[in-house]
Amino acid sequence: MVITTTTPGSDEHICSTFASRYVRTPLPKFKMPEQAIPKEAAYQIINDELLLDGIPRLNLASFVTTWMEPECDKLIMASLNKNYVDMDEYPVTTELQNRCVNMIAHLFNAPFGETETAVGVGTVGSSEAIMLAGLAFKRKWQARRKLEGKPYDKPNIVTGANVQVCWEKFARYFEVELKEVKLSEGYYVMDPVKAAEMVDENTICVAAILGSTLTGEFENVKLLNELLVKKNKETGWDTPIHVDAASGGFIAPFLHPELEWDFRLPLVKSINVSGHKYGLVYAGVGWVIWRSKEDLPDELVFHINYLGSDQPTFTLNFSKGSSQIIAQYYQFIRLGFEGYKNIMENCTENARMLKEGIEKTGRFDIVSKDVGVPLVAFSLKDSSKYTVFQISENLRRFGWIVPAYTMPPNAEHIAVLRVVIREDFSRTLAERLVTDIDRVLKEMDEVPSSHVSAKAAHVTTTVDETQDGNGGRKRVEKSVRETQEEVINTWRRFVASKRTGVC
Amino acid sequence: MVLSKTASESDVSVHSTFASRYVRTSLPRFRMPENSIPKEAAYQIINDELMLDGNPRLNLASFVTTWMEPECDKLMMASINKNYVDMDEYPVTTELQNRCVNMIAHLFNAPLEESEPAVGVGTVGSSEAIMLAGLAFKRKWQNKRKAEGKPHDKPNIVTGANVQVCWEKFARYFEVELKEVKLREDYFVMDPEKAVEMVDENTICVAAILGSTLNGEFEDVKLLNDLLAEKNSKTGWDTPIHVDAASGGFIAPFLYPELEWDFRLKLVKSINVSGHKYGLVYAGIGWVIWRSKEDLPEELIFHINYLGADQPTFTLNFSKGSSQVIAQYYQLIRLGFEGYRNIMENCRENMQVLKEGLENTGRFNIVSKDNGVPLVAFSLKDSRRHDEFEVSDYLRRFGWIVPAYTMPPDAQHVTVLRVVIREDFSRTLAERLVVDIRKVLHELDGLPAKITPKTAVDGGEAGKSVTVVSKKSDIETQREITTVWRKFVLERKKMNGVC
Repeated sequence: MVITTTTPGSDEHICSTFASRYVRTPLPKFKMPEQAIPKEAAYQIINDELLLDGIPRLNLASFVTTWMEPECDKLIMASLNKNYVDMDEYPVTTELQNRCVNMIAHLFNAPFGETETAVGVGTVGSSEAIMLAGLAFKRKWQARRKLEGKPYDKPNIVTGANVQVCWEKFARYFEVELKEVKLSEGYYVMDPVKAAEMVDENTICVAAILGSTLTGEFENVKLLNELLVKKNKETGWDTPIHVDAASGGFIAPFLHPELEWDFRLPLVKSINVSGHKYGLVYAGVGWVIWRSKEDLPDELVFHINYLGSDQPTFTLNFSKGSSQIIAQYYQFIRLGFEGYKNIMENCTENARMLKEGIEKTGRFDIVSKDVGVPLVAFSLKDSSKYTVFQISENLRRFGWIVPAYTMPPNAEHIAVLRVVIREDFSRTLAERLVTDIDRVLKEMDEVPSSHVSAKAAHVTTTVDETQDGNGGRKRVEKSVRETQEEVINTWRRFVASKRTGVC
Repeated sequence: MVLSKTASESDVSVHSTFASRYVRTSLPRFRMPENSIPKEAAYQIINDELMLDGNPRLNLASFVTTWMEPECDKLMMASINKNYVDMDEYPVTTELQNRCVNMIAHLFNAPLEESEPAVGVGTVGSSEAIMLAGLAFKRKWQNKRKAEGKPHDKPNIVTGANVQVCWEKFARYFEVELKEVKLREDYFVMDPEKAVEMVDENTICVAAILGSTLNGEFEDVKLLNDLLAEKNSKTGWDTPIHVDAASGGFIAPFLYPELEWDFRLKLVKSINVSGHKYGLVYAGIGWVIWRSKEDLPEELIFHINYLGADQPTFTLNFSKGSSQVIAQYYQLIRLGFEGYRNIMENCRENMQVLKEGLENTGRFNIVSKDNGVPLVAFSLKDSRRHDEFEVSDYLRRFGWIVPAYTMPPDAQHVTVLRVVIREDFSRTLAERLVVDIRKVLHELDGLPAKITPKTAVDGGEAGKSVTVVSKKSDIETQREITTVWRKFVLERKKMNGVC
């Protein structure tokens, strides 16, 4: 005879997750729960919530890689539990990092002999890379000023207003003044002539961007180098250049090898590149390379000496995972030069195809250039009926994430939509996107214009009130929706003016 | 009729990797190769090289987590292509980070109202967390001094000499002077009294460590708080405290809940903890929590405004993976309070087993305390014949990675071996380690003593002293040189900077 017991939990291991009590109780969001729950339930609950995140591969806002080969995924999984900083315990992983540094240094034509090792380091991303490079410039400049007996308390850095937010972070956290060269309509990158003008004795370096975040354009580093060489000769200040090649560093060497932007220019002292953009690795790896040992002040480097090998380290982060470094090395040897070139050529083709499709609609101006990062930035020819922000929102319904931005000063009145072409954005997806953009335009054309009606409501109210001067005031009531839309649009424009910091 | 071809390219797809030509050619190490290779070959080549790395789970040097449940691995793999910083595109992941921050803030008794959100952020590790906290202190102090019209160009920070290397990095990169309280034999952490003495008007904060890297001890934060409060009331300097709870932050609340070290002490303004140590997540995540909004100067925060949601960000890194944040949340809800407590209790139990096993050999002094991070730091009672570095080397042959360190000044003559007990260091492994240590000691006993430079010096001054000159064999010479060099190099190397 079976006596049934009523102890709760006795048959818990039988219940499937969705039959158990764990999906009935709300998870605490602010305090740790008291009890443990089964791992299947924990997995399911978190997995389900994450369904509401955007799909990474349809996120056309981001330059960061969203797909890698399964073999690489296997390597990443296997090395998740390796703490990268334990150089003594994981010498092979450390060696792989060094090989990557050397390969990238050679890619950027760093001037060193066959047996010399490159000076550079793997970081968590271009933000850390830029901070390290900036720190090196700051320290070098301070040392020089001290020697000259001049004041060294007001360092500054010259960049374009189109810089990514991490330069502003560097400036603010490391107490360096940021001198921005303002943009102008039609010219959305840093003007080398204006930049060279802004350089003064307190400038620690001029930062040029290869692959501007907003339009993908390559800045003219060669011209900057020439102008700065001339100015340095006149002033004797010896101001160096740093190239922020976060996106462009893995594009220019393959698509435009004749373009001189790297260490071939004598004033370029350091370059950073994001491994997780066109280096084709998942988020979490960047690289910074210095021209030579002289460009990295020794006092910033911490030496960890193991018998027989000196391991110098210069990073902000200490413990971190090894997966992305191994993945970067995998990509280098798996693809090689020809592989990267083929992928970049594909991206350029698909970008061109997308651009043509968008031009065919006849409603957009293309703001991005053909030479640069493969992306398409476009603005509406006529924004009176609806704005790019509304197009962006409506595209979300189809699953696409296409961001809309306003340009930085002094071009804030220009708003663009931007689609980044990554390795995994194939031609079929490009064609589909154009179809969906067409659909959205058609839909919005049919909706009575909210702008116009809001304005009209406003105007009518005033007119009516003046007309019916005495008594019997006839007011056109704005419909609730129109009021809402007006408020939303006003707020959106206000808030959007702060959006330029997004990558 | 079949015509056999001799073109090697035609059979490339048929050959298994080890039959193909890819394992015959040496991979370029300094330049990118010109051509692509098949993905299977790339995978195999890298996988095989990595076999020569140490085994992470036998790496007893590290506090960092080396094992997680398969369900969590699944979640991590699924989110590896999510760029954490895209808050607009991945709102749920952002929300999970916020929940973790709130849970940890409550764990540390941050003085928050019921619906008040906590002030804190997820970082890549405790290094980034400490730099952010230090930056906040520096900026607050500068603002205060500017308001008082006093000079603000010489900030300093008071810590113990036992700090982890990231504090030195912070000091050097952010131009803050590091004033270290020296240790002494038998007292391997920061002495609160000496620390308070060293505080002056330029001190931006005093940093206490909960879970010292070298011997796992918890510093007496309460005493520090009391002494500093007293000094503050006399001087009016208002010097705050930061607690570096990188290891201890996920231990003390579960094993020693009555120990007051967190926001219960008034002067503690920020705390950092490593999610990837006893937070039980793989390498790549840390947390820093501030007591309240006032402790984080607004000018350091970048606001990314999206309609309806103000997302303040204060991090050094921008793009990074989301996997570890999701894994941290998984651990917090999967284990809950009782789960973490059970795991920490297991670690403490296994630590006792190991400690007793070592004491029973009769050859070791135990340097670590019972209360603290579950680790065992031990030194040889008699290291004249063989020292701890040799024991460490010999243990490697069995697969164990057990590091040996010298203490920081002023206790450099003390060398210790250290075994960290992580979640996945079970009792069987502990017992096995003791057995292997016994084997190593036995072997070393059988070997001739290492030759110190003294005995090898030629006592050529006749009549002055009769010194035995023993002829050195090749290996003894080598070993002597190796030992001398190692000591010299270790003096320079910040061994105690290793996590």
